[in-house]
Amino acid sequence: MILLFYLLSAIMIICALAVVFSKNPINNVIYLIVCFLAMAGHYILLNAQFLAVVHIIVYTGAIMVLFLFVIMLLNLNKAIILRKSTVTRVSAVITGGVFFLVLLAATRQTFEIHARYPFASDFGLVSGIGKVLFSEFLLPFEISSILFISAMVGALMFGKKDV
Amino acid sequence: MVALNSYITLSWLVPAFPLLGFLITGMAKNRLKNNQAGIIASILVSLSFLMSAFLFFALRSSGQESATVTLFNWIAAGDLKIPFAFLIDNLSVTMMLIVTGVGALIHIYSIGYMHGDDRVNSFFAQMNLFTFSMLLLVMGANYLILFIGWEGVGFCSYLLIGFWFKNPAFNYAARKAFVMNRIGDLGFILGIILLFFTFKSVGFTEVFSQATSMHSGTPLVTLITILLLVGAVGKSAQIPLYTWLPDAMAGPTPVSALIHAATMVTAGIYMIARSSILYNLAPLTMNIMIILGLATAIFAAVIGLRQNDIKKVLAYSTVSQLGYMFLALGLGAYSSAVFHLTTHAFFKALLFLGAGSIIHAMGGEQDIRKMGGLRKKMPVTYFTFLAATLAISGIPPFSGFFSKDLILSKAFENNPLLYILALGGALITCFYMFRLLYLVFFGSQRLSTVHPHESPRVMTFPLIILSILSVFGGFLNIPSLFGGDSRFGEFLNKSIISGITEELGSATEIGLIVSSLILLGLVILYAYRIYVKKADIPVADGVSTNIFSKAIENKFYVDEIYSAVIEKPFGSLSDFFFNKVENKVLDPAVDEVGILTSKLGNLVRKLQQGNMSFYLFAMVAGILLFIIFILIV
Amino acid sequence: MKEISSAIQLIPLENYIVLSIALFSIGMMGVLFRRNTIAILMCLELMFNSVNLLLTAFSAYHSDPSGQVFVFFIMIVAAAEIAVGLSIVVMMKRNVDSVDINLLNRLKW
Repeated sequence: MILLFYLLSAIMIICALAVVFSKNPINNVIYLIVCFLAMAGHYILLNAQFLAVVHIIVYTGAIMVLFLFVIMLLNLNKAIILRKSTVTRVSAVITGGVFFLVLLAATRQTFEIHARYPFASDFGLVSGIGKVLFSEFLLPFEISSILFISAMVGALMFGKKDV
Repeated sequence: MVALNSYITLSWLVPAFPLLGFLITGMAKNRLKNNQAGIIASILVSLSFLMSAFLFFALRSSGQESATVTLFNWIAAGDLKIPFAFLIDNLSVTMMLIVTGVGALIHIYSIGYMHGDDRVNSFFAQMNLFTFSMLLLVMGANYLILFIGWEGVGFCSYLLIGFWFKNPAFNYAARKAFVMNRIGDLGFILGIILLFFTFKSVGFTEVFSQATSMHSGTPLVTLITILLLVGAVGKSAQIPLYTWLPDAMAGPTPVSALIHAATMVTAGIYMIARSSILYNLAPLTMNIMIILGLATAIFAAVIGLRQNDIKKVLAYSTVSQLGYMFLALGLGAYSSAVFHLTTHAFFKALLFLGAGSIIHAMGGEQDIRKMGGLRKKMPVTYFTFLAATLAISGIPPFSGFFSKDLILSKAFENNPLLYILALGGALITCFYMFRLLYLVFFGSQRLSTVHPHESPRVMTFPLIILSILSVFGGFLNIPSLFGGDSRFGEFLNKSIISGITEELGSATEIGLIVSSLILLGLVILYAYRIYVKKADIPVADGVSTNIFSKAIENKFYVDEIYSAVIEKPFGSLSDFFFNKVENKVLDPAVDEVGILTSKLGNLVRKLQQGNMSFYLFAMVAGILLFIIFILIV
Repeated sequence: MKEISSAIQLIPLENYIVLSIALFSIGMMGVLFRRNTIAILMCLELMFNSVNLLLTAFSAYHSDPSGQVFVFFIMIVAAAEIAVGLSIVVMMKRNVDSVDINLLNRLKW
């Protein structure tokens, strides 16, 4: 089990780094998809099957396809040389590293975690999430539909030819 | 009893009517035509008068001494609990009757006097506001409500003195009155604060019930009374804060009659009479009041001798009469002071209204040297003016005789020297009043350009009513000497604790009265000889050579002294602060701060260049620093 | 079911924390590193997902389903954000014929 975790983690880290460092946008997208698939694996490991499925559908199925569409629509698939200066890039890497170290140091001060609820057999399944979603979080759920509508209207607004 | 309580709750109507009038005339001042504002204002004040009279009879028939009407709780913070309440007792009902009665007559008079003025609607709005404030002052059941009224009348006085604000001198006079009052008010409010710290309350009933158990001469009470006295001195124009009152004559004449003769200036008298219990505990303050009152009475009367402006003469006479009231207060004869206040309100309002009628007829001329011979042309004004003059001079049986004689006899009980001085002041008063009367109404007309005529009926009607009051007002309080029962004094003594009790023997009193009458008669004759027989016209300003008369003419240079001692040094101090401190130190300092900020801004502006990646870096660096800070601390 | 849930216990929570931090830092580095707006958006997605992963892990170790519901909501927000973000990119490309983030330098007003 722990081996599986390390395998998936290694795939994720490598793909994420590839997303950052590869120049071709199409490649970026492909690496990101691989990364997300590995993450779905993590979700399954964490006993969150529903999330895993939704993740694949929403991210790899919808969002990444959207990315691909946009890249092809804008004809960006050939590698465009858009590079920052070396100083900036080096400092970006250093900043990222420092950030990582600082956050690691921060986690040193965390405390131990105990289960709040007894383990339920449908935990992480559609029925379990559904019960919580439609009882406790009903109002935010409904409000998120408004968010979607406004996002849709916004996207259409920006997408119109002459604004 | 029951009946009284149910009637007395209506007392809020008394101040409500003038307030309503203020709101109506004030808000609709651009819409009301001609005399509408005046009629509305007069009707409302008259209603207020009727309501006061109603309360008066309700109170009398009930046999109750006082009643408190709480409208609502106004302030409640810690120890400080102040209800918005009215105290209805004999003293306040008397004052209400004076304020609304004289006020209503003056409002009616003003319809005629102010006719045709551009801002007549504002005038009536302000007059109504004044009446409202004055009623608050006399009706309030605690010092704080009294103070609201106190400030309200001061403010209205400021507005009305400067009513014709296009004249800078009038504005100056209004400002002077306001500042002088402010000095007094400072003392007054300090007194109220000290009262609260001493008694943990500012309500009349609470304070007085606690004060009865205190010893005479307690330093704290003496301090309180002195501070309150400072307020009264400012409001009632006593030495050293009297100079604003003569200048206040810049306002329209009805204003002088209502505010600067009949009501507002008596607020100080009322306040001290109201606080009689406290003052009885402070002999030192009483002595100060005697000295101040007597000094003011004589000093102002002497100045009045050489004034040539008809309203200035009356103004100094007001100051002088207020001095008599203070003298009476200082002697502990509070009810005599209030009695004199009442009769003074009648005859002084009458004098001012008569003066207004004369000024009206003379086309705005106020110099008595240019008048003369008006007796035939304005008979109503003449006879009413004569009645008022006799009243103020103290000729029996006019009202002034009874009230002034009461004060004089009290002075005699205290100290014959006081009596002699006070009598001297009364003789001077008599002289300058008859000088005024003779110069204005006798002889021949000296200014041919105007054609005097009797004033319209709307103006003479209040004159007649007031003259009846001036003539017969004294019978309210006929002393036992003449078989009377001093009804008015007894009536007031229910709400005032008198400081003196002993009575003079009737033989002494008759002797005093006869001697003073003989002297008064001589003075009148003397004045007649000078101003009617010899037809002596006072010389023009600045011509007289005699040092003493020159000093009087210039009002003893008090204004100049104030100007030199207070105003000039203060002005140069202000100049110093303005030129040196502000322009050289403060302004540059403030400017430097501004310059520094804009320089810093120029420096920081370079960071704000729209480079998104830089922003991102800055954001991440900020978050990093924040986390590190949390980790370390 | 039982086996899988007990299998969770084999992997310490710290591993997930470190993994999320690593992914988050990489995503952030990418945001700072790249000039291509689309790439930056992708890196943003990486950061979102690292947070999602962490939330799910905590949820699992807490046995509290609310965490997973929040992941669901974050996905909703991410989808909406990407829709608007990509349409901005399209408009940007149409107007200035580039997807270079440094061309958007008018943010100083």
